[in-house]
Amino acid sequence: MAHVANELLEQDIEAYLTQHENKSMLRFITCGSVDDGKSTLIGRLLYDSKLVFDDHLSALISDSKRIGTQGGDLDFALLVDGLAAEREQGITIDVAYRFFSTEQRKFIVADTPGHEQYTRNMVTGASTAELAVILIDARKGVLTQTRRHSYLVSLLGIRHVVLAINKLDLVDYSEEVFDGIVADYQSFAEGIGISSFTAIPISALGGDNISERSLHTPWYKGPTLIEHLENVDVDDERSRGPFRFPVQWVNRPDLDFRGYAGQIAGGRIQVGGAVRIVPSGAESTITRIVTADGDLSEAITGQSVTLCLADAIDISRGDLIADAQAPPSVADQFECHLIWMAEEEMLPGRPYVLKIGGRTVAATVSQPKYEVNVNSLVHQASKTLGLNSIGVCNLSLDQPIPFDPYVENRETGGFILVDRFTNATVAAGLLHFGLRRADNVHWQAVEVDKVRRSEMNNQRPAVIWFTGLSGSGKSTIANTVEQRLFDLGHRTYLLDGDNIRHGLNHDLGFTDADRVENVRRVAEVAKLMVDAGLIVLCSFISPFRAERQLARELVGEGEFVEVFVDVSLEVAEQRDHKGLYAKARRGELDNFTGIDSPYEEPENPDVHLHTSGSLTIEAAADEVLGHLYQSGILSDPR
Amino acid sequence: MSSRSNRIDRLTHLQQLEADSIQIFREAIAESENPVMLYSVGKDSAVMLHLAKKAFFPSVPPFPLLHVDTTWKFKAMYEFRDRMVAESQMELIVHQNPDALLRGINPFDHGSATHTDVWKTEGLKQALGKHGFDLAFGGARRDEERSRAKERVFSIRSAQHRWDPKSQRPELWHLYNARVQPGESVRVFPLSNWTELDVWQYIYRESIPIVPLYFAAKRPVVERDGALIMVDDDRMPREPGEITERSVRFRTLGCYPLTGAIESTASTLPEIIQEMLLTTSSERQGRVIDHDSTGSMEKKKQEGYF
Repeated sequence: MAHVANELLEQDIEAYLTQHENKSMLRFITCGSVDDGKSTLIGRLLYDSKLVFDDHLSALISDSKRIGTQGGDLDFALLVDGLAAEREQGITIDVAYRFFSTEQRKFIVADTPGHEQYTRNMVTGASTAELAVILIDARKGVLTQTRRHSYLVSLLGIRHVVLAINKLDLVDYSEEVFDGIVADYQSFAEGIGISSFTAIPISALGGDNISERSLHTPWYKGPTLIEHLENVDVDDERSRGPFRFPVQWVNRPDLDFRGYAGQIAGGRIQVGGAVRIVPSGAESTITRIVTADGDLSEAITGQSVTLCLADAIDISRGDLIADAQAPPSVADQFECHLIWMAEEEMLPGRPYVLKIGGRTVAATVSQPKYEVNVNSLVHQASKTLGLNSIGVCNLSLDQPIPFDPYVENRETGGFILVDRFTNATVAAGLLHFGLRRADNVHWQAVEVDKVRRSEMNNQRPAVIWFTGLSGSGKSTIANTVEQRLFDLGHRTYLLDGDNIRHGLNHDLGFTDADRVENVRRVAEVAKLMVDAGLIVLCSFISPFRAERQLARELVGEGEFVEVFVDVSLEVAEQRDHKGLYAKARRGELDNFTGIDSPYEEPENPDVHLHTSGSLTIEAAADEVLGHLYQSGILSDPR
Repeated sequence: MSSRSNRIDRLTHLQQLEADSIQIFREAIAESENPVMLYSVGKDSAVMLHLAKKAFFPSVPPFPLLHVDTTWKFKAMYEFRDRMVAESQMELIVHQNPDALLRGINPFDHGSATHTDVWKTEGLKQALGKHGFDLAFGGARRDEERSRAKERVFSIRSAQHRWDPKSQRPELWHLYNARVQPGESVRVFPLSNWTELDVWQYIYRESIPIVPLYFAAKRPVVERDGALIMVDDDRMPREPGEITERSVRFRTLGCYPLTGAIESTASTLPEIIQEMLLTTSSERQGRVIDHDSTGSMEKKKQEGYF
């Protein structure tokens, strides 16, 4: 703003403000690495749009001399590199948002690093962008990273691509070089779904074709970068598509008013419009479109409004109000793209929290059908997904949700996965389509049910789950408990880790993913046995909280008893009945719990047995039985 | 209520910013148990309060306002605060760090850094802890300072109120993850994507009331380290005859002894915006805490400053 020379601004501020109130907004992402001059380009955009204040500029001048890479000339990259740690390392490590504005538009730039390991950041930045500027170093042409960036841009549904061919000054502003790169890019862009793009020859450092037409490129007849950004029409399919309104909050100030608050995620709506509520399927019409500035007769995509309906229908947060003629699909199983964003790798079968629109549900993910190598775009087999990897998986939810395919609507087709314990956002997902499988497997309704079987057996069925390190004494204690229950006349079954691995789970190894699947299968078997009316004793190391939680949730309230057989690693290792610790220490056994694989201790076990000291097996069994009486699973012996 | 006939095909940038901020407000209260809005009486708080009213209309916003007070704000700010709160029908919680009160912490004897740390940073932590708030709205914007550019809209703070720049959650589309462990809390910044100019334009368009100190008027000032400090009460130490009356206004408001005024005759909103667009120094230059060292705001944030 330091150098604004605008007559209207100086002479008629009110007219100037009116003009600026009608500006539109464009969100775009820049893709490229430090070497491509990306930070320099953004710094240049801010500088050219006069958004650099004098105090920032003087800091820039002194920084440029001190740590600049341009031999004392202004290093625009220093304007945008944010956190202190990054400034010292000379790289950007996260998504930063920058703002600048011209006479016609306000711009929000998602600035994301181009390094291979930061797919996560680029996907995050791209999710809200309507346009992508892909930077290419004219000396290097289309590189592997160009393909990676373009693939991600296309995957995230950005339909407007600018190919900014930078550092043209270093190739003598050659038209031939420019044309060569454009032809190269064209040949692969279509294959990944980028049907059109705008190529602009620039030099961010020299300011060529950024805001002003370069005298060095008389052969180039297209717009400057700023001109293109100001004029490109980014009205997307979403706003022309069917009406979509995820309910965020039910507004109920008094008995006379009930409105549904949300932001329109697709299409438009008028008073009198017919809508369907999904997933319930109820239909109604819009009676009012309420805003604090007065009611509207019509509202469009992007507006935050409160809708009132003609009928009293039970609607809550997470429901979708949609065009009655073109409602979204509803499903509980999907195929989707998953972009993994956590250090801890994906575990197929583990339940995660899924958030889409205002709705939060439990979700489990299948093993990937394939993983996409973002550099070669080759599909490769994979058992899991690690940080920054992208794969196609099936998704299974605990309840049906309304959705649109991501390619039709980002807001109703994009979701995140959240870890249930750390609450970290671990993945972003793009829904493809619902799977019909769920519809075709109907539950067989049975006359004889769990209650009747348990009456017949004269016992309350339950799972008694023993968890602890190898050598803690789980199996010995479980055996003794079963013997005592049997003696009391109860019907029991013991599922033991080693035995199950010989049969049902003989195909599984000891990686984290296999351990999750091991416990999942056992939990499902235990559930069936509880349904059969049995008291099921399970003896498994079961090192992860999440899977023990899964096992607990599969059965009913009060039907799960977690017994933590707690032994110190030293004692377990001394005992080492099976010689496994010694093997693991010699490096002959990988992924051994306690040695090179983690054990997550239960936080609130129902029974906590300390077996390092003098606790006898009989006393341990007493404690477990004591709990079973106390919790009412066994009734008091008279 | 009569309907406005208004067939529109696209939103202006202010309409879009407003709609996105409203979405953030609604999402935050739906996902938290005990939310609160930090109200610092400045222009950003004024815009936040305005947006909160819009987000929940016709209901009153379903959370209280929290003013972490230092006892050193301008008198005009206290008057304005009480008027706004009365109009909003919302509850106001004023927290003054009892420890700072007891020790008589002030900018003259203890310096700006200690003053700000004890009254504001510590005071904020105390207030959030005392009331068990699990989510707090703040008026910070990404354009304010370089380290803010990477701040999330929903920013997770540890039980010790620390901000860890490495463990912030990715934010995609309009999906915000506000899930926290017991003791952790979320700071939510509905104005993240607004610039200073957007804020002023919006205040103008919506006729949002702001503290009169933003407008130029003749005020008693003294010069301190090159800054013009307004003498707002008798606690300000000064030499006899040192005070002069000058036409000044403030671009940002805080504790009066730490807030530099600028000489100006801009007494209407358009004049303020005009002056801002023609000016040559950034808004934060008037705030004393930024000058300590490069990256000082970042350090403050890690320690729990808003």
